[in-house]
Amino acid sequence: MNTLIFRTVAPFLTALMIVFSIFVLLRGHNEPGGGFIGGLIAASAFAIYGIAYGVAAVRRALWFHPLSIAGAGLMLSVVSGLISAFAGVPFMTGLWIYPKLFGVEVPLATVISFDIGVYLVVVGSITSIALALEEKDDA
Amino acid sequence: MITLFCLLLPVLAAVVASPLTRKFGHNSAWFLALAPACSFFYFASHLPEIANGEVVTGGYAWVPSLNLSFSWFIDGLSLTFALLITGIGTLIVLYAGGYMKGHPQQGRFFAFILLFMGSMLGVVVSDSFLMLFVYWELTSITSFLLIGFDHTREAARRSALQALVITGGGGLLLLAGLLFLWNISGITQLSLLIHGGDLVRESPFYLAALLLILGGCFTKSAQFPFHAWLPNAMEAPTPVSAYLHSATMVKAGVYLLMRLNPVLGQTPAWEILLPFFGGITLVVGTFLSLRQTDLKLMLAYTTMASLGLLVMLTGFDTQHAISAAVLYLVAHSLFKGALFMVAGIVDHEAGTRDVTRLGGLGSAMPITFGAALLAALSMGGLPLFFGFLAKEEIYYALAGGNPRAILFTAVAVVGNALMFAIAFAVALKPFLGKPVKTPKHAHEGPVLLWLGPVVLAGLGLLAGLFSSVAHRFISSPMASAIEDRPVQVTMSTVPHLGVPLLLSVVTVALGALVFWRLAQARMLMTKFIDALGPGPDRAFDAFIAGLVKFSGAVTRFVQPGRMDVYVTATFVLVAVTLLVPPIVYGELPALPAWPADVMLHEWVFLAIAAIGVVAVLTASNRLTAIVALGIQGFAVAVLFLLFGAPDLSFTQFMVETLSVVILALVMTRLRLMPSDHRPLLEKLGDGTVAVACGLGFMLLLLKATQGTFNNSLTEFFNAYSKVIAHGANVVNVIIVDFRGTDTLGEIAVVMITGLAILALIRIRSGSSTLKPRDNDPDAPEGEGA
Repeated sequence: MNTLIFRTVAPFLTALMIVFSIFVLLRGHNEPGGGFIGGLIAASAFAIYGIAYGVAAVRRALWFHPLSIAGAGLMLSVVSGLISAFAGVPFMTGLWIYPKLFGVEVPLATVISFDIGVYLVVVGSITSIALALEEKDDA
Repeated sequence: MITLFCLLLPVLAAVVASPLTRKFGHNSAWFLALAPACSFFYFASHLPEIANGEVVTGGYAWVPSLNLSFSWFIDGLSLTFALLITGIGTLIVLYAGGYMKGHPQQGRFFAFILLFMGSMLGVVVSDSFLMLFVYWELTSITSFLLIGFDHTREAARRSALQALVITGGGGLLLLAGLLFLWNISGITQLSLLIHGGDLVRESPFYLAALLLILGGCFTKSAQFPFHAWLPNAMEAPTPVSAYLHSATMVKAGVYLLMRLNPVLGQTPAWEILLPFFGGITLVVGTFLSLRQTDLKLMLAYTTMASLGLLVMLTGFDTQHAISAAVLYLVAHSLFKGALFMVAGIVDHEAGTRDVTRLGGLGSAMPITFGAALLAALSMGGLPLFFGFLAKEEIYYALAGGNPRAILFTAVAVVGNALMFAIAFAVALKPFLGKPVKTPKHAHEGPVLLWLGPVVLAGLGLLAGLFSSVAHRFISSPMASAIEDRPVQVTMSTVPHLGVPLLLSVVTVALGALVFWRLAQARMLMTKFIDALGPGPDRAFDAFIAGLVKFSGAVTRFVQPGRMDVYVTATFVLVAVTLLVPPIVYGELPALPAWPADVMLHEWVFLAIAAIGVVAVLTASNRLTAIVALGIQGFAVAVLFLLFGAPDLSFTQFMVETLSVVILALVMTRLRLMPSDHRPLLEKLGDGTVAVACGLGFMLLLLKATQGTFNNSLTEFFNAYSKVIAHGANVVNVIIVDFRGTDTLGEIAVVMITGLAILALIRIRSGSSTLKPRDNDPDAPEGEGA
C-alpha cells in the first residue's frame, strides 16, 4: 500500500480531510453535516495516514491516545448537557449565547459543544479500533 | 436533624477509622467509640418521652413522585433496639481495640463494624419500606465483610458467602413481602401500616405476604432450617460474633416480626408458624450446642436457640408472651454479648477456645471470671438477674391448661435447661478446676478487653435489681409498641409462688443435672446427631455446587464459543421475527406496481448495486468480496442522495468506506484462508438464512411505505427546529437537541464498544497468558498475575 504516489499524497489528503471534517461538523446545524459525519471523515483521514506511514506515525501525530480523545468527547457531551441544570432548566436543554467577536455576532450553544463531543467520541473510538487493527503483531 | 446526625455518626466514624488507626494504633478505639456513645446518649435522652407513649418521627422526602421518603420513626421498640445497638456497639468498639490490637487491618475492621452499626441502626428506625429494605441488605453486606474479614482462610470465605447467600436470599423474599404489603394497603410507611392491620389480614394475599416476610425474618434470625450460616459465621473475629451474631443483627428478623405483629399477627397462620419454627429452632439449637466443645460454637448454637425462643414467644401473641419476648430479648443481648466477649478473652489470652483443654484460669483472670459468672447467672435465669425475670415471664405466658400450652412449655423447659447447662459450661469450665496447660500463658487481659463484658454482665444484674426502672423505660414501652396498645410489664425479681416458679425450679434442676454430666451428655448428643445424617450445612454446599454445575451447563449451551453459531442464531431470529408475524396475521404487503418514471441514471445506480451484490457472491477472494460489498453500499448511498436524504447518504458513504477499511484490516489479522471453503450444504444453509433476512426486510419496508404516512412529526420538526433550536438542518437538530439524551447514550455505547474491541484485539490468541488474579488485595503487587 505504501507506493510513492500514495505516500506523497497521504499527508495532504489527511490534512484536507480533517479540515473538511471540522467544516462539516460546524456547518451541521444548518446544512447537511454534523458531529457524527465529521467524526467519520476524520477517522478515515487517520486511517489513510496510518496505511501510508504506519501506526506509530499516527500515534505521534495524535499525541493523545485515541480512546482518551473519545473519553474527553464523552465528558464534553455530558458536561454540555449538565450546564443546563445550573440554569434551572431540564438536563440537555440547549442554551445559546451571542457574543460579538470583531463586530460579528457569533451564536454559541451548548448544542455545539455537545456535537463537538460526539465528533470526538466517533473519531477516538474508530481511530482506536483502526489503529489497533493496523498494528502488526509486534508483541 | 440531630436524629439524622446520630444515625449517620457511626458511618462518619467508619470513614475516619482507617486513618485514625494508622496514626494511633489500637488506641484509636477510644476516639471511635465516642461516635456510638454520642448516639447512645442522644437516644437515651428520648427515654422519658417514649415512656410516656410518644414517638419521635422525622425525615426527608426522597422521591416525592413515588411517595418515597427517608423517614424515621422511633417508638419503644425502635428505641430499645437503638440503645442496644449503640450501647453494645460502644463497648464492642473498645473491645475490638484490645482484641485486634496489632492486627495490620485493624482500621479496616473498625470501619466495617461501624458501617454495620450504621446499617443496623437504620433498620430499626426506618419508617419507609424502601429504607428498611436498603438498610436490611446493608447489614447483610457488612456482615459478609466481617465474617470474611480473615479472608486468607478458605473457611472464612465460605462462611461469609454462605451467610450472604442465605440472608441475601431472605432479603429478596422480604422485598417481595413488603411489596405485597404495599399493594394490599397502599401504604409505604410502617408507622401508618401498624394501624391498618385489619386491611392486611382480610386481604386474600395475606398468606403470601406473611410467608415472604417470614422467609426474610427466618433467614436473618437463623431459624431452622436456615440456621446453618450462624454457627459458621463464628469464623469471624470474636467482636463480630459478640455484636452481630448474638446481640444485634440476628435479632433484626425478630425485630421485624415484633414490628409487624400488629399488622400480621392475631391470625391462625401467625400463631401456628411462628411457635412451630421457633420451637424447633429452640430445641435443635440447644441440642446442637450441647455437642460442641468450642466456646464460641456452644454460644452460637444457644444464640440460635434463643432466637427460636423469641420467635416462638412473638408468635404466641398474648400479652404475657410479648412481655416475655421483650424481657428475654434485652436480657439475651446483655448476657450473650458478655459471654461472647469472655470467650474471646479466653481465646486471646490462653490461645484456645476448646473447653476440654481449658481449666483453672479463674485465679489468673479474676475480672473476666467475674463477668462470665454474672452473665451465666443471668443466662441461667437465676433470681436477682434480668434473665430470671425473662424466664418467669416466659413460663407465666406459656403455662396454661391446653395441650398446645403444655407442649410449648415442655419445649421451653428443655431448651432453657440446656441453655442453663451451656451457660455454666462456658462460664465455669475454663475458670475452675485444676489449671490445664494452655497454648499461651494466660493472664488477665487489658482494660479494653474486660470493660465490655463487665459492663454488660453488670447491667444484667442492675436491670434485675431495679426492675421497675427497667420496665418503665424499656420493657413497657417496647411491649406497648409491639402490641400497639399500652402494656405494663410488672414482673419483679422477688420470686412468688406459683406454676412459673415451679417450672423455673425444674429447669434449674434439669440444667444442673446436664451440667454435672456434661461429658456424657455431649457424647450422647454426638451419637444422636450423627445418626440423623447430614444437616442443612451440607445441603447448602450441595445446592451451591449444583447451581455452579447448572449455570456451567447453560453457559456451555448458550455460549459454545463458535462465531458461526452466534451469527446463525442471530440472523435466524431476525428472519423469524420479520417473516412470521406478517404471514401469521395476514399482513403481507401488496405487490408494488412497476415504477413508471424511473430516470436513466437511477437505473444505472440500481444496476451498480446489483452488480456489487453479484460480485460479492462470485468473488473468489475474500478481499474482493469486501470491496464489492462496498460498491453496493456506495450505490445505495447515491440513491439516498438522489431521493433527498443528504445527511443519510453522507453518513452511509463514510460508514461504507470505513467498514471496507476495517474489514480488510480484520481479514489481514485473522489470517484466514483468502477464499471461502465452506461445503456446499453449509453454503446453501447460510444462503437461505441470508435470503430470508433480505426478504423479511423488503416486506417490512414495502409494508411501511404502503401505509398512510403520519407526518405529524415531520411537521413538528419542520415548524420548530428553526424557532426553538435555532437550526435549519432538522436531522442534526433532532440528533443534538430534540433527542440529545438519546445521542448521549449512543456515543457512550460507541465509546464502550471501542474499548471492548480494543481489548479483544489486545488479547491475542496464543499469547493468552492472562489468568484471573488471586483475589487478594493484600498480596504484593505482581504476585499471582
